[in-house]
Order: sequence, then structure tokens, then C-alpha cells
Amino acid sequence: MARPKKKKNKEIFALGNEAVVEGALLAGCDFYAGYPITPSSEIMEIMAQRLPRIPNGSFVQMEDEIGGLGAVIGASLAGRKALTATSGPGFSLMQEHIGYGCITETPLVIVNVMRGGPSTGLPTSPAQGDVQQARWGTHGDHSIIVLSASNVQECLEMTIEAFNLAEKYRTPVILLIDEITAHTREKITIPNEAEFEVFNRTLPTMPPEWYKPYEETVRGVPPMPAIGSGYRFHVTGLTHDVNGFPTSRPDEVRELNERLFRKIDQFLHDVQIVEEIDTEDAEVAVIAYGTVARSAELAVKQARDLGVKAGLLKLKTLFPYPRKATEKLMYRAKTIIVPEMNMGQISREVKRVNNGQVSVRTINKVDGQIITPAEILKVLTRV
Amino acid sequence: MKNQHLDRFEIRLSGLGGQGILTLGKVMGSGLALGQGYNVTQTQSYGPEARGGASRSDLVISSEKISYPKAESVDLLIALSQEACNMYYRNLKPGGLLLIESELVKQPPVNNFLGLPFTSLAKDKIGLVQAMNTIVLGAATYLLPFAQQKVIRKNLEQILPAKIVEINVKAFNLGYKEAKKNFGDPEELWKANSVVVPDEDTDYDSI
Repeated sequence: MARPKKKKNKEIFALGNEAVVEGALLAGCDFYAGYPITPSSEIMEIMAQRLPRIPNGSFVQMEDEIGGLGAVIGASLAGRKALTATSGPGFSLMQEHIGYGCITETPLVIVNVMRGGPSTGLPTSPAQGDVQQARWGTHGDHSIIVLSASNVQECLEMTIEAFNLAEKYRTPVILLIDEITAHTREKITIPNEAEFEVFNRTLPTMPPEWYKPYEETVRGVPPMPAIGSGYRFHVTGLTHDVNGFPTSRPDEVRELNERLFRKIDQFLHDVQIVEEIDTEDAEVAVIAYGTVARSAELAVKQARDLGVKAGLLKLKTLFPYPRKATEKLMYRAKTIIVPEMNMGQISREVKRVNNGQVSVRTINKVDGQIITPAEILKVLTRV
Repeated sequence: MKNQHLDRFEIRLSGLGGQGILTLGKVMGSGLALGQGYNVTQTQSYGPEARGGASRSDLVISSEKISYPKAESVDLLIALSQEACNMYYRNLKPGGLLLIESELVKQPPVNNFLGLPFTSLAKDKIGLVQAMNTIVLGAATYLLPFAQQKVIRKNLEQILPAKIVEINVKAFNLGYKEAKKNFGDPEELWKANSVVVPDEDTDYDSI
């Protein structure tokens, strides 16, 4: 008897933005709300076509980005896996609700396609100016996960990852891509169901009358029922006790705030995703993310051809900043180069980890153009 | 037919917003990527205007994994406006080919260029000025030594909406035919244009 033929994976020639949609749908996303903005609009356009065709899928165009993220939080509390996408100006509008998502521990994914700023800036040009805003944009001390993607296949993979981390740790996850990756078409492979993992939020198993919505657990992540499923569930942006009601008792306040950090910090090995290219013997290393990592990859290859022991650490998780991977790189390398399309938002983190061990060089470009391999190679070969 | 091995072949399509540059890039890219199985990246850059601004699409085609997605030294530059031709000619690498819209680019920067009046061809022979970009696709397919006419045409039929397929296939065939008639053998073109770079070790005294 012939063995069943292995089904060939589907290949498509797609934009980075289309890959985000494919990834979201594979991860089980069934709700989208938002407001269109260049260069993220294709995500919303394609979601509007695709979501109504899947069971329970809902798509809403809201009045603005504030409403967009508000609807996403509501949908997630009601048990949906929800996504919104935006760019610079819209991301600024979302900041207040991001904090609401953090304190109510609502799993959700925000894709921010970075364009030139500040303000309306350069709507059709790339930048990486929202990196620190993604980490610290909303007020109050909080923990959050920020991811990035540097090519179209990664847009798909990191969107799945973003949903998984959001569900696993009950937190907003921000995926930063830039205009170039969002508007680059490449051939990508849609993975089979067996080739990736989908993580769903933990549901409560106790009877409803025993359920305490914000009770401490081993992982620090309380189980989360959908609103309307029989479990009593109070949601507020005020600092709350284990029952979800406002409190200002110092012991309860401290417990909540510390748990919000601890639930992510004790699983850094799971959250921090990096890719290392030629780093084992690298004497000069590049740390890059987003489309710039592609320029760096070519520059590192060219430098190797010229006899320079170069390497690349590609960051896929930006925050919590991958400190361990950076430290490991610094044991060997004498110089670290950080090219960015901003005035130094990740190089600041690298310098913080560095503590004077190695020399950190930055390449900053804020003219709406990508940093080219030649520009990185010039620095790589001169140090 | 087996694919020719490629290591970073770069095409830049440039012109005005509204000429269909980005669609041309998408159709050409998907033909080479899905039809012929190459790794292809197609990037685009355009102004905030809907029509009339500068528009550009870069394709990098390779048998290997592509790192940097934009064109650095262009093998084939297609310029459909004078401005674009002026701006990007300097990115054409020695030995690269320049294909222009001969009525819109009135002052080509060099003498050895290839030109066809794409807009007039679309108006007079197809009767639809919007089909101009598909005529360019036909001509480019003829010029690219690794592009297979049948595969690119089949892909064109697959990705366009049904009601405009027929007219676009006609435009594609016209572009291919016109290029064949006017440009001659593509292999000869690439060969004639190529610059022989002497090896660093060449001992000139002994020649």
C-alpha cells in the first residue's frame, strides 16, 4: 500500500502586512477592530475580507484608534483572540488603552508598522522611532512584551508568537515592523497545523463561586474565563485586589504590581527570542532588528569575505531586552555595532548591558531611508 | 526547463505614480517566485500622492536566500519617465541594461539603451492605456535570460481578475513580440554590454 503523500506546504507571494494576517488567522485570531493608516492599512483591508468568512469572526472599523484598541480589549475579555494594527500617530492614540490592557491583564496583539515621525511625519517611509514608545509609551511602571520582525516569513511567525505570548502571560504584546518589511513582497511558506504551536489562555477549573479573578498562581498568571461564561469577573483600571475590586491597601497594591512584573520576568528564557548568525567567533558584532537586520546580514557576509570576523545578533524580542544574549556576545566581541533608523533607542539598552566591557558604536539614520549594507560594512571593516 | 542559477539579480522599475509600476512589480515578482521557484523580494517606494509622484519598485531575484531586499547595483533598470531615468541611472551597474519608454524619456543618459514607445503601443494597438505596464512586462520577460515566457504569462492569467485577463495577455504578447523585433537576441545584448573587469593579479607586462 502506498504511503499517503505528504501534503506540500502552500506558498504565497505576499506582503509583510498580508503575512501578519495569515499568522494571526493561524494563531486563532477571530476579532479585529481598528482604524486604517498607512503603512498598516493592508492588514485591516485583508482582515475585513477574511474574518467574516471564518466561524465567529468579527471585524469592526472603529471611529479612531482609541476606539479600535478599546473594542479589542472588550473582545478579548469576552474570550476572543483580538488584533489591531496601526502606525505612529495611531499608536500614540492607543497608549492609554495599552496601560488598561496591562493592569486588567488582557491578552491582545497590537501591530505597529513604524513610519517616519514625529507626528504625521513621513507616511510612506520607514523608521524605527517607536521602539522606546512601545516599551514605555503608556504611563505607570508596567511590564510588556515587544517583538519585531525583519522579513515577510518572520511577520507570519512572529504574529503567531505574539498571540501565544499574549495568551500565555495575559498581557498586551506589541509587534513592531517597519514600512519596508510591511510593503515587501516575498515568497513565504504557510506552515501546516503540525508545524507550529497555538497556546490558549488558561481557563478556570474551579466552580464559579470559588473563583478569584486575580489570585496568585505558580506562573503568576491567573486563569481567565470569558465574560458571560458564569464566572464573576470585575474589570477596572483602578489598582485592584484579588477579587478585581479597587483597593489602596499597600500590601495588596504591592502584590499586584510585583506580580505583573514577575509573571513575565520569571520566564525570560521563553519570552526573549534572538537569532545568532556567525557569532561563535565574532570579534566585531552587529546587533540589529527589523529590516536593518537584513542589511546587517549581508554586511556581515561581505565582511567575512574580506576576512573580518563579524557576526550578527538579530533581536526578535526587543523588550524585555535580551540581556543574556547580549552579554554572551560581549564575552568574545571587542566591538558592538548597533545600526538603527532612529537616534539610538536600542543602542541605549546595549550600552546599559555593556557596562564598559566593549566599545559600542552606533549607526543612526533618520532620513526616511533604510541603512544600507555598504554603510554597515564601512564601520565593520574600520573598527 | 531547469532554472538558471542566480545570485542576486536586481531589477528596478521606476516611473510615475499611476503608471502601474507597483502592479508590474507584483506580477513579475509572483511569476518568478511562484511560477519559476526563485527567491524574490519586491519592495516598493512611493510618495504620499495618489498620482503623479515618483514611484519605484525593486526586485531582487536569487536562487539563494536574499538578505538585503532592496536593489544596490541594478542589472536591469526600467525607466518609464525622464525623472526616474535621471535619478536611477547612476544605480545601474556596469554591464547592466537600460530599458526606457522612448517617448517619455526624451533625453536618455547614454547611447546604448533599449527603448519602446510603451504608452503609444498601449493606446494604439491594445486600445487601453492602462495596459502599458503589461506590455513592459512582456518586453522585460523577453530581455531576462532566465524568465520563461510561458510561466510568466500563466501566472499573469492566474492573478488578474477574470474580466481583464484577455486584454492583458494580448498586451503581454505584444510587448514580447515588439521586444523580439526591435532588440535582437537577448543573450547577445547582455554579452555585448558586459564589461570585462581584469583580474587584480593580471600581469599586464606579459600580455
